[in-house]
Amino acid sequence: MPRPSPARSVFGSLALITIIIGVGAAAFAYTAGWFSPERLTPDKIVDAFTTPTGPPLGHRRNHAKGICFTGIFGSNGAGSALSQAQVFSRGQYPALGRFNLATADPNAADATVRVRGMGLRIATPDGQEWRTAMIDPPFFAVSTPQAFYELLIASASKDPNAMKTFAAQHPEIAAFGAWAQSAPWTGSYAEERYNGLNSFILTDSSGAEHAVRWSLLPTAQAIPVSPEELAKRGPDFLETEIGERVRSSPQRWTMVLTVANPGDSTADPSKAWPQDRRAVEVGTLIVQQVQAERDGPCRDINFDPTVLPSGMRTSDDPFPAARSSAYVKSYDRRTAEDKDYPRRAPEAKP
Amino acid sequence: MSAARQHFTPLQRVLHWLMAVCILAMLFIGVGMVSTIKPIYLTLVSIHKPLGITILVLALIRVAVRLRYGAPPLPADLPEPMKLAAHLSHYALYTLMIAMPLIGWGMLSAAAYPVVLFGSVGLPQILPQSDRLHTLLWNAHFYLAFVFFALILMHVAAALFHALVRRDGVFEAMAPVPPHDKIAPAE
Repeated sequence: MPRPSPARSVFGSLALITIIIGVGAAAFAYTAGWFSPERLTPDKIVDAFTTPTGPPLGHRRNHAKGICFTGIFGSNGAGSALSQAQVFSRGQYPALGRFNLATADPNAADATVRVRGMGLRIATPDGQEWRTAMIDPPFFAVSTPQAFYELLIASASKDPNAMKTFAAQHPEIAAFGAWAQSAPWTGSYAEERYNGLNSFILTDSSGAEHAVRWSLLPTAQAIPVSPEELAKRGPDFLETEIGERVRSSPQRWTMVLTVANPGDSTADPSKAWPQDRRAVEVGTLIVQQVQAERDGPCRDINFDPTVLPSGMRTSDDPFPAARSSAYVKSYDRRTAEDKDYPRRAPEAKP
Repeated sequence: MSAARQHFTPLQRVLHWLMAVCILAMLFIGVGMVSTIKPIYLTLVSIHKPLGITILVLALIRVAVRLRYGAPPLPADLPEPMKLAAHLSHYALYTLMIAMPLIGWGMLSAAAYPVVLFGSVGLPQILPQSDRLHTLLWNAHFYLAFVFFALILMHVAAALFHALVRRDGVFEAMAPVPPHDKIAPAE
């Protein structure tokens, strides 16, 4: 039965209820970052990737230009000493991937983009997947995700001193600049070495952990070609070339895991480990077919580098988490812009 | 009236308070994880997925228990609009407890992400990859999360109103500590 309380107590109770609800709502808003405009969010990172004509609607926000491939990863079993993931036990597993250019412009001319990359997904019969997205520089441009964001802002800035100021605050960018100036360009996606750069922790069957980075080393010999020469080959020469090359013969890369020594820093992908670190060849990626992105299976895949099988996990390197959060945001946006993606019109081809 | 129970059964109360903790944690984890790029992002995501499935399972058990044991009647003198609001908001809460995890699961499936709960334990994809489905479910998951939190705030406000202002036994019916029926409230 109701036992109504006196009016003064009612007022106090209502005030208390209002305060409790207000504090609850404020805590929620705080957690969502509404009071923290300085918080670096996935939206901010993704917003920072744009082109002079605006963001590439319907496309990935970075590495927007690419071409799909399918093939197999043939594991030689050597990696199972480092990780219990099935992908390292001897066998052949279906692989799906995407050669791409590190640009936000899906129509960029191939000879204008310095960094090339590969997204890769290997699926194993136990239902697990290993996704990775690699690029051809031997180390990353900056040490932290925050610095990467500042780099994006500085490179888009109209202030002529923006990059100079950035380089003064983040001296690690100098090594990347030197690589970009001096590393030879090639005429083919097949001649590139793709490096994972981030460190991950593998767990073997005894439970021991090993910090590793990985790379795909091309079997094809790299032939240096000047960017001026490449520019003459047309805006899409890389896509045409890889299609023809794979049609004539499957292309192969050797997957190498580089194992950190105790004490090696795993947190900073802008610092390569010394050359003498143990390298374990764990298998071969064989690219058997190439498909245009809009017709291929890679378009719908987010090569989120934190999609890892059991037996592999992220390390103290902060990049995979940041990349995952931004890749997911990019995926959310581009799938919502489905109508803007240049799908082949049904009547365009018989 | 004397035949009707005054309180929810102990099992219902345990489920209610356990789920209250889970759902509040879930909503805070959800808005927190999508607003950061720091490594805690991965930790939060890795909690969000198994916790969502836990809530789904608990919600299904809870609905079954509710259908079996029912609920104590609302006070006879509660105004009709408040009774209606009570009933509708509870239907909405039950619906969201079940729908949100399913929408999240469907959203991951429609994006072709593996649905990993922990270690090597995963769930099957319940939808094919589809940009349109992914967008539809993403929007539903996002906006319904705020609806869910708003409903919970209303639910808490109403519960406190019953407890502190009306003092009509509605709060005690679901109170975490079994109430002592015969004892008058302390003044």
